[in-house]
Amino acid sequence: MTDTELFSYAMPSLGADMDEGAVIEWLVEVGDTVERGQVVARVETEKSDIDIETWRGGTVAEIVVGAGETVPVGTVLMHLHANGAEHGPTPLPSPAPTAKPREEISFPLERDNSSRGPRPAPADRAPRVPHETVWASPLARRLAGERGIALLDIDGTGPGGAIRSSDLPELAALQAHSDHPPTAAHENEPRSRTERIRSVIAVRMARSNAEIPHYRLQYDIDLGPLTAHLSTVNAERPIGERIVPAAALVRAVALTAQRHPELNGTWRDGRFRPGLAVNVSVAISLRGGGLVTPTIRHADDVTLDETMRLLREFTTVARTGTLRSEWTAITSSITVTNLGDRGADLVHGLISPPEVALVGFGRIAERPMVVDGVVVARPVVIATLAADHRATDGAIGSRFLSTLANTLQHPEQL
Amino acid sequence: MNCFRLDGLDDATALELLGDMIRIRVFEERCAELYADAKIRGFLHLYIGEEAVAAGVMSALTPDDNVLATYREHGHALLRGVPAESIMAEMFGKATGCSGGRGGSMHLFDAERRFYGGNAIVGGHLPLAVGLALADKMVGRTGVTACFFGEGAMAEGEFHEALNMAALWNLPVLFCCENNRYAMGTSLESSESQVDLAIKAAAYSMPAWAVDGMDPLEVARAARHATGMITAGSGPVFVEFQTYRFRAHSMFDPDLYRSTEEVDQWKQRDPIPALAEWLVEHGRADDIEIAARWEAARSETDRAAAAAEAGPLEPLEGLTDHVTAPARTPDRIGAGR
Amino acid sequence: MTQTIPLNAAGDDTTTIETTYRDAMRTAIRQAMLDDERVFVMGEDVADYGGTYAVTKGLHEEFGRDRVRNTPLSESGFVGAGIGAALGGMRPIVEIMTVNFSLLALDQIVNTAATLRYMSGGQFGVPLVIRMTTGAGRQLAAQHSHSLEAWYAHVPGLRVVAPTTIDDARWMLPTALADPDPVIIFEHNALYAKRGVLDSGRGPVDIERAAIRRAGDDVTLVASAGMVDKAVAASDQLAELGISAEVIDLRSLRPLDASTVQTSVERTHHAVVIDEGWRTAGLSAELSASITERCFWTLDAPVRRVAAAEVPIPYASHLEQHAIPQTDDIVDATTRLLETGR
Repeated sequence: MTDTELFSYAMPSLGADMDEGAVIEWLVEVGDTVERGQVVARVETEKSDIDIETWRGGTVAEIVVGAGETVPVGTVLMHLHANGAEHGPTPLPSPAPTAKPREEISFPLERDNSSRGPRPAPADRAPRVPHETVWASPLARRLAGERGIALLDIDGTGPGGAIRSSDLPELAALQAHSDHPPTAAHENEPRSRTERIRSVIAVRMARSNAEIPHYRLQYDIDLGPLTAHLSTVNAERPIGERIVPAAALVRAVALTAQRHPELNGTWRDGRFRPGLAVNVSVAISLRGGGLVTPTIRHADDVTLDETMRLLREFTTVARTGTLRSEWTAITSSITVTNLGDRGADLVHGLISPPEVALVGFGRIAERPMVVDGVVVARPVVIATLAADHRATDGAIGSRFLSTLANTLQHPEQL
Repeated sequence: MNCFRLDGLDDATALELLGDMIRIRVFEERCAELYADAKIRGFLHLYIGEEAVAAGVMSALTPDDNVLATYREHGHALLRGVPAESIMAEMFGKATGCSGGRGGSMHLFDAERRFYGGNAIVGGHLPLAVGLALADKMVGRTGVTACFFGEGAMAEGEFHEALNMAALWNLPVLFCCENNRYAMGTSLESSESQVDLAIKAAAYSMPAWAVDGMDPLEVARAARHATGMITAGSGPVFVEFQTYRFRAHSMFDPDLYRSTEEVDQWKQRDPIPALAEWLVEHGRADDIEIAARWEAARSETDRAAAAAEAGPLEPLEGLTDHVTAPARTPDRIGAGR
Repeated sequence: MTQTIPLNAAGDDTTTIETTYRDAMRTAIRQAMLDDERVFVMGEDVADYGGTYAVTKGLHEEFGRDRVRNTPLSESGFVGAGIGAALGGMRPIVEIMTVNFSLLALDQIVNTAATLRYMSGGQFGVPLVIRMTTGAGRQLAAQHSHSLEAWYAHVPGLRVVAPTTIDDARWMLPTALADPDPVIIFEHNALYAKRGVLDSGRGPVDIERAAIRRAGDDVTLVASAGMVDKAVAASDQLAELGISAEVIDLRSLRPLDASTVQTSVERTHHAVVIDEGWRTAGLSAELSASITERCFWTLDAPVRRVAAAEVPIPYASHLEQHAIPQTDDIVDATTRLLETGR
């Protein structure tokens, strides 16, 4: 690997309907070293302002498109020098036991350009799909490029772990939308964000309900120890750093999912495929209606504090419309939905395909519980599990909820 | 030594035959020169020495007859009336050539003059001659289809298939075998079990005989006789013209398979000086008339070479023209009326 | 049994008749001969015998032996004569018993019919129709059963078609006869007895576009000649498995209608090419390459081929059936492609 290897960074497509984007501001400049996943610029699209990040580390060699310019998707925005050490993908944590190691192949990237220096933006060229060091079908590669999805994070189901289009998150819904516009008359009408989100939810949930044979379990969990623990912890913290029970519930689900891999993964092509990691999606309701499901990557390795920070960020950002693609572009392995303090007692949700489990929490309320033969009022949450009967049976689901309940009895270990 | 006989032909015809042979000779000698000059490329097969055959047979044909020839066909094309400019331009690979530079020396064609090539698969055009004659017969057209081929073609299956069908269906084909004794470098004796070629053709129940192909008057008489028979409904006729090429098979051929003595012997029988001498000797033409023929041929060839040189190249955009017809005809056959 | 189909003129009220592929083909020839004096049939045993597959049966009685002309066993000779007759203004239909025998006429077809227009700078065309049977399945072994359509589809200057439906058997011929260039019609031997409904008022059809025989969304099955009906049968089985397969009948092998295939594959993202010919350097290789060139960025899996085993076609029925693609092979290949991406 030479340090003169140049690669380019192009305007990502952040949705099927995005044709162009305007660079609002650059957050890096020539000479800066950027890391994989680092936000490098802010881009304005019809949808919203979006922070775009690079999927490969390097040193910025040239910025081709200046702030304020609007360019089509695929236009080269900047060139970077690859740094030998940062060239490779961030190492994944130990994969789930049954996951196959993926073969990784390096492609030399436009080596011959190094001597010519930076080129002007090739506006007349078709969008170029960057060479990832993963196996993926041409379609998956193209769609991922258009949507700004990082193939590195996806667990492929093709030969040798190759990624096919059906392995791309959110794709089924987006595909269904783009392939079958509701009516011809609406084809050219721009749709609002709410409408678009509604459409995605409609397709996904209809599919879930039609395809997945759900079984549902519920479990009353005593949150006495948790609320007590959080009171102690939060008492010493400023308001902005306090931890709410919702974060602990998400964290507990992540730890539980790690211990029950049968429910952490996806159902594809007639069989269950365990997730490479515990990637927990969190359903966030939007004020205008609809919901989004940003994902916490490797949630079992994310501390409670960090989980809290992410949830706070999700909530804030989801409402202003700038979800970062790193939250949406990876394959989630399980989803948590939490109705919150003012919600209903419990939720019987629909699994988000191709996942096989959804954990729901109702409102936390004082409820009568029998403790040591005496009925007492305790803070209780009713946890529910909606699971795919094709992948597991009730006994496994039941053990999952039981583990979840036990985990929450030891909040200091969260 | 010259013992030509008019025998039914007149003085003018004899002089005409001489003039035709001179045209071919002059044209082809220029071709050899232009080949050496790299103006003409590919294969170039010269007819020099065999001119009496084309001259004699062509003199017996009418514009209604069909002519098919081999890849050694410059002379046949020229005498059939294909303009020398068009032939030379084709050999130069120019757009002004008769095939727009797509055919070259071996593939000269002229639809207007019923000249069907310029065929370079030995024996391959014999079945075509059968088909053309079949079409004429089916629609009631009069006319003879004259098909030239070398003796080498008689070893090909298509020769036998074609003669069989022509005789079976009683078709008006004149099979003209130009026996120059060598199929490229393979002598007749080393390639044919029966070297009396007329016997082979006669086996298909058609009139067949051999004539001296170095005698243009003899060739012309035989051709007239044959076309007369065919027009009268005899069915196909085969004539073997025994001749010799003075030059090698093609410009690539070092001529290793025959002796200089043999070539020189045949050159003694070169029909051009022989007929010229005979015509003058017998007072049927004078030197001035003959010199005028040479001059006319040189002038024709000069013009052709100059025009070919000046002619434009076929544009590259035309590369795929004529692979298939440019537009499909709108009519349909068998759609019902 | 020879069935004479009433000759409905194009433009009449549509009349549908239950008939066979063979009879539809005969009707096409008969109508052409009635319409145009230039049309005649020539080949081995086309008269009294009625043609090897009885396509021309009885025609010599109606049109005479000049126009339904038996030839000697001289494939090169009579194909060449057909070319000559076409040059001479006729519209011959030359029948060759099987594609295997056509190799004896390969010189005439490839060196002459396909080249004359070009070599002559457009001065001469060869409006010739050559019909021949192709394909295995009748236990005729290795010299009567091969599928060599690709050999001809390789050659510029030719048009190559393969009618698979009753309508195409009837209505491709008028277009082929009117074409100014040589057209080779491949008739798969298994199709002659196929029964179906002929739209006798339909009128001539194009001979260069593919047709979608079954619409579908998940995968595109590309087939021709004897493979089309198998592909349709496979699509029925696939439907029961929840897979929606689109079946394309190429109809024309030269020119290949790559754009119809492209449009379909861009939608389904998966292609299975089925060919009764051999895989190596065959029609399936060409189609696969063409799909990859045109559709690379929309493919979600490699193009998959189902082709004949690389053997001369054997005699014994079980071996022969095993050597050529069957409906189950198509179903297997398709399900595997969709499930595992290979």
